Amino acid sequence: MHTFGGKTLFLDRSDINTDEIIPAKYLTEISKAALQPYLLEDLNLEGFDPAKDIAGCRVIVTRANFGCGSSREHAPWALEVNGIHMVIAESFARIFRQNMFNCGMLAIDVPRQTIDRLFSEFAGPDTEIYADLETGELTVEKQGQQTRIAFSVSEFDRALVAAGGWVEYADARYGTGS
Amino acid sequence: MQENTGKTAAEKIFDAHRVDNPAGDMVVLGLDAVFCHEITTPVAINDLIARGKDRVFDPSCIMAVIDHVTPAKDSKTAMQGKIMRDWARRHHIEHFFDIGRNGVCHALFPEKGFVRPGYTIIMGDSHTCTHGAFGAFAAGVGTTDLEVGILNGVCAFRYPRSIKIEITGELPDGVFAKDVILHIIGQIGVNGATDCVIEFAGPVVAAMSMEARMTLCNMAVEAGATCGICYPDMTTVEYLWPFIRTEYDSRQAALENYRRWQPDKDAVYQQVLQFDVTDLPPQITYGYKPDKVCPVSEMQGTAVDQIYIGSCTNGRIEDLRVAARVLSGQRINDSVRGIVSPATPEIYQKALDEGIIKTFMDAGFCVANPTCGACLGMSCGVIAEGEVCASTTNRNFYGRMGKGGMVHLMSPATAAATALAGHIANSDLYRK
Repeated sequence: MHTFGGKTLFLDRSDINTDEIIPAKYLTEISKAALQPYLLEDLNLEGFDPAKDIAGCRVIVTRANFGCGSSREHAPWALEVNGIHMVIAESFARIFRQNMFNCGMLAIDVPRQTIDRLFSEFAGPDTEIYADLETGELTVEKQGQQTRIAFSVSEFDRALVAAGGWVEYADARYGTGS
Repeated sequence: MQENTGKTAAEKIFDAHRVDNPAGDMVVLGLDAVFCHEITTPVAINDLIARGKDRVFDPSCIMAVIDHVTPAKDSKTAMQGKIMRDWARRHHIEHFFDIGRNGVCHALFPEKGFVRPGYTIIMGDSHTCTHGAFGAFAAGVGTTDLEVGILNGVCAFRYPRSIKIEITGELPDGVFAKDVILHIIGQIGVNGATDCVIEFAGPVVAAMSMEARMTLCNMAVEAGATCGICYPDMTTVEYLWPFIRTEYDSRQAALENYRRWQPDKDAVYQQVLQFDVTDLPPQITYGYKPDKVCPVSEMQGTAVDQIYIGSCTNGRIEDLRVAARVLSGQRINDSVRGIVSPATPEIYQKALDEGIIKTFMDAGFCVANPTCGACLGMSCGVIAEGEVCASTTNRNFYGRMGKGGMVHLMSPATAAATALAGHIANSDLYRK
């Protein structure tokens, strides 16, 4: 199974919407790769500089209701083509969350206290977070300091990730053959 | 899953469409319809081709439209349209709406009679929840879900939890479904119904037209809901009658059949909320989230640059009639520009026949063709940095209608009054 984790970007805001993740004017693109330069271009968050802050990141930690708004799967794709395969948040909008797992990526929700702790103890450019789907543990590392946090992924979401996404899963199970 | 208690409307639809229970509370539903537009579908088409799975489960259950950017504004949007057009031809998709016949999907598809009580519908568009106005389960999905919908006619959802919102009292003059839903979102928050289905019930909803119910359900997703649902009744039957008259002996017979999609009296809800709208003043948003809502009077006098009347929320004939009543015989303020976009050609034609288009033009509005363009900052009314738009659309996100712009959401009556005043204003239809 894919290994999830790495350098972590902290976005200290709730309700970050899909228009902020990838503005609609770029939805005329028909390849995922073309979205790469525009991730979080319109994010309304003081001090955030997408050109500098996203580079090399594999994980996003954010607050509540991440990905609200449009159904555009371009939002997870824009993350994917920037190398970000995991978002950890207090909660997600339904469509965004489903899109992540449908693409074989992780949207992990943890309690508010855990998010608060991540922001207060670990926010910064040197933090790395890794997810182990077998043990259900997140490993958080910052300058030699390390902590483990339990998380859970539903059986269905785990099956989607294992299958490589929903198209593979569904066509094998509900398809009539090609 | 509750087997021994009554069922909500969504639970009844889920139980009737369940194809599989792959794990936990996930249910795979058989779909009655898959709606498609040219922003999210071409990527699905290309991916299916790349996978060697260029098939559709049933062309008669797929309805497609080019609506977000139409006419095409550049080579890229022209290509999106071409991919849709070629695909529709290749798979004999009869219900494909190209330029001249195309309108905003959530106004066009109900108007064509494609939505029935008890249906399951998906579309790669978050405002698909609009169609719940007919007592259907209709949900916005991403491109991968859309792909599987096109290929296999199924989609996976969590077994639904429902929130019942009872709207009671009597709507005052000049206060509309848009004001009601803005108020509700303001109260429960943008996160207030995440992963839930909202049932809109009570005497105010029962008295609403189908157009008004669509406005309510359209914005359910702005509170995070998967779908908004209104119960099918005689208003639903009357709207659908031209499409179903060969299927039923009488309207009453249709109603009897559709009643099975109403919830049981002992259905279990996660939450039941009541809103008495008797004293509700017209509502407006003031920030970058649809739950930043206050009475229009609190924003009175705020300067605006553009007024936009249209979209899947409020571009229907009823909306244009109300706005025209406010504008009648007057000119909009010189300091603002007005754009009206009837949501479908049929609405446009009705507005012409009723003299509504003339009223808008005499008032100084630009009359645009049916399209979603301005609402999401793609075409046909994008605003500039620092500009403010008074809009009848459904989203006021930062940058939504153009980078650096501000959007205030409101009813068509308030938008028309704002156009006349040149700043945010209550319409004189509201007499309080």
